[in-house]
Amino acid sequence: MTTLDAKVPAGPIQDKWTNHRFDMKLVNPANKRKYEIIIIGTGLAGASAAATLGELGYNVKVFTYHDSPRRAHSIAAQGGINAAKNYTNDGDSIYRLFYDTVKGGDYRSREANVYRLAEVSNEIIDQCTAQGVPFAREYGGLLDNRSFGGAQVSRTFYARGQTGQQLLLGAYQALARQVSLGNVKLFNRSEMLEVVLHEGRAVGVVVRDLINGEISSHSAHAVVLATGGYCNVFFLSTMAMACNTTAIWRAHRKGAFFANPSYTQIHPTCIPVHDEFQSKLTLMSESLRNDGRIWVPIDPDDTRAANDIPESERDYYLERIYPSFGNLAPRDVSSRAAMRMIDENRGVGPLKNGVYLDFSDAINRLGKDVIEARYGNLFEMYERITDEDPYDVPMRIYPAPHYSMGGLWVDYNLMTNVPGLYAIGEANFSDHGANRLGASALMQGLADGYFVLPYTIADYLADWLNVKPVPTDHEVFKEAEQEVDGRLKQLLSINGTRTVDSFHRELGKIMIEYCGLARSKPGLEKALAEIPALRDEFWKNVRVTGTEDNYNSELQKAGRVADFFELAELMCRDALEREESCGGHFRVEHQTEEGEAKRDDVDQAHVSAWEWKGFNVPQAHHKEPLEFENVALAQRSYK
Amino acid sequence: MDLTLKVWRQDGPGKPGEFREYEAKGISPDSSFLEMLDVVNERLVEAGDVPIEFDHDCREGICGTCGVMINGHPHGDQKGTATCQLHMRKFNDGDRIVIEPWRATGMPVMRDLIVDRSPLDRIIEAGGYISVNTGGAPDANLIPVPKPAAESSMDAAACIGCAACIAACPNSAGQLFTSAKLAHLNLLPQGQPERYARTIAMVETMEEFFGSCTNHGECEEACPKSISIDNIALMNRDYIVAKFKDRRKAGQR
Repeated sequence: MTTLDAKVPAGPIQDKWTNHRFDMKLVNPANKRKYEIIIIGTGLAGASAAATLGELGYNVKVFTYHDSPRRAHSIAAQGGINAAKNYTNDGDSIYRLFYDTVKGGDYRSREANVYRLAEVSNEIIDQCTAQGVPFAREYGGLLDNRSFGGAQVSRTFYARGQTGQQLLLGAYQALARQVSLGNVKLFNRSEMLEVVLHEGRAVGVVVRDLINGEISSHSAHAVVLATGGYCNVFFLSTMAMACNTTAIWRAHRKGAFFANPSYTQIHPTCIPVHDEFQSKLTLMSESLRNDGRIWVPIDPDDTRAANDIPESERDYYLERIYPSFGNLAPRDVSSRAAMRMIDENRGVGPLKNGVYLDFSDAINRLGKDVIEARYGNLFEMYERITDEDPYDVPMRIYPAPHYSMGGLWVDYNLMTNVPGLYAIGEANFSDHGANRLGASALMQGLADGYFVLPYTIADYLADWLNVKPVPTDHEVFKEAEQEVDGRLKQLLSINGTRTVDSFHRELGKIMIEYCGLARSKPGLEKALAEIPALRDEFWKNVRVTGTEDNYNSELQKAGRVADFFELAELMCRDALEREESCGGHFRVEHQTEEGEAKRDDVDQAHVSAWEWKGFNVPQAHHKEPLEFENVALAQRSYK
Repeated sequence: MDLTLKVWRQDGPGKPGEFREYEAKGISPDSSFLEMLDVVNERLVEAGDVPIEFDHDCREGICGTCGVMINGHPHGDQKGTATCQLHMRKFNDGDRIVIEPWRATGMPVMRDLIVDRSPLDRIIEAGGYISVNTGGAPDANLIPVPKPAAESSMDAAACIGCAACIAACPNSAGQLFTSAKLAHLNLLPQGQPERYARTIAMVETMEEFFGSCTNHGECEEACPKSISIDNIALMNRDYIVAKFKDRRKAGQR
């Protein structure tokens, strides 16, 4: 085991980023055009990074498996984006946003990264507004804010219930401008299937054209992975169908450390599962908790319709247990509270697998018009899916996997331990600790892409001035291409009896049961026995039809699910190793008498980073100690 | 519920295609339309066949990836609903459903129900942005935006770029998509400096790929986000103004 160095600059936390920007090497404007940079993914992080690096004058190649960069799953973020503007005059500051985010992450994030995130949050709002993102406005024409979980100030900027969409379109449009100027080359419907290393540093990638199956190599001075999260390891999650771990997992297999894989967020407000053919879960924005009240019937045997249950027989359990934060308690806390209600058999709906989110008080107080203006599109989406009108009957919600805090280990410069390989946005692990606060994902994706990576990447590139990228006919590329091709051919040749989805569904059931909201030693050990067995069956018995040289969604899925198996095993090992409860990682062995997460700050205040050692060989465990010089470690309380 | 599907199958770009029939038995009315296709596809794979390829991703009606013609209507005939948000309870047991890809010369079929929508990216690249580099933006509250302008801009910006408007149009016109982006940017104070140059560039790029608008209004009917054709009127006005504003350029054409 080695101790990792995050390369956090010295000095007071307020000065670290400023000083670091001065200390880093620069690439002069005329030299920037001598560099090639590859970016994988076009969500908030990837698109903003590609646009910004293109504006600076680098030659950028950007790849997406979608038909257009605008489809990335950042688009589905609903509620908003945090910034420490203090426009509402309610006591916000950079320091408070930093403090709330470290606390919200249950003291398992790196202080210096979080402070930087809070610091650039204001610039993000300025940048996006200048780009024409249509944020919500007050009547005077100034920007409006709302509240989100885990904060007692209103610092969330929003564009109706489509904030992610509007921010992504802003970044996409900035990217489109660079494409039209020729600074960025866009490759759509292209999936990255291998990272290529030469003499220990990242020098390129191998991608597959999804339309004709052609495999090609691309070489560069640096490779940036902005490929999002991996919650589809649970099969059912709120992530888009194609979200996967393949890009970061291929990098992991090439030597990049995977940090805190077990930190996944279960979001409290999703629409409950209705039947076994369900393909994915749909989120209802956390912003709804501004005006909705969460409750279950006091009597577990109550079978009356929601509106027939009188006030006195309802348990508004979040308001009862956490009076100061109430319905805006953070996600991990709210999700576990909902799970406890359902475990006590007080769940609602036909499968008794939900809790109510009730807007009747807000509608009576503010009028239907106001509620419609705030959440109209969410109410409509709910009605489409459930055939129930939330203006008349309370919504039913249930916790579902939503975000992965874990990801590739990166240092303060967002570079993995592999020189020249960067990970930004949800693909890295750095800013959210063990639990992400609402409206912070958009902030992090854009911070990394617009304001952090464009500075830090120059510090690495400066050393490679006038060195040409490794040519793509070099043997390292040819070997990687053969590896990719061999793997695809193997998947097609098994010709077993079970579909990819049937394996994925079974893997998801194991993961949600043993590595979901609550984890235990025996459960995780059971999962660690079941996952490799299922994986072995997959490689013997999966059936992938179609061919390699054509559009083949089954083949795409098969490659992704194969990587999920390996990730799932690592997640369970990480969860087993971490003998404490923190944020989204709840070990039943470690809880307070009231059932809250109980951390171990003596032995567990570290980042776990795992090093690939080969197929079917356990990863080596490395640690990055976390030091808290500014925020005092405390039992999180939202009471 | 039991259904019969008549689905367009095509092996690749430029290849001949044909309709084939499939039985979809035992479908839950609570399934979404795409979940119904998932079930059919899983059965096809079990039988050793190649599944029906279709584009999809978020399944929340926001990414704009999905979209097929269902009984001749883009995204089906439920108003304001993307294909992924259409649920089988809107159909009847025993129904026969015809499923086709978007049909437009500017968007050729790539495989089965998948089409090439990259012309939409080309239209945005022509001018669907505000030219501000990262960094150096003024404080956000230094640019006040009247609430009605912000609201109208947001109404237009809600477009998900699915191309149903083009599929619905008898002329395969791209006016609703293009005008929605123009209205989003042209209604905001930030969008004024490039307003007319943007309008000309986007409209003329649009015309390279798509047909002309003859005011059928099918696009608004088909739009899963109910984007208004008022935006087209605004675009036409701005286009004419732009031509007068830049007479030197107009004279060269």
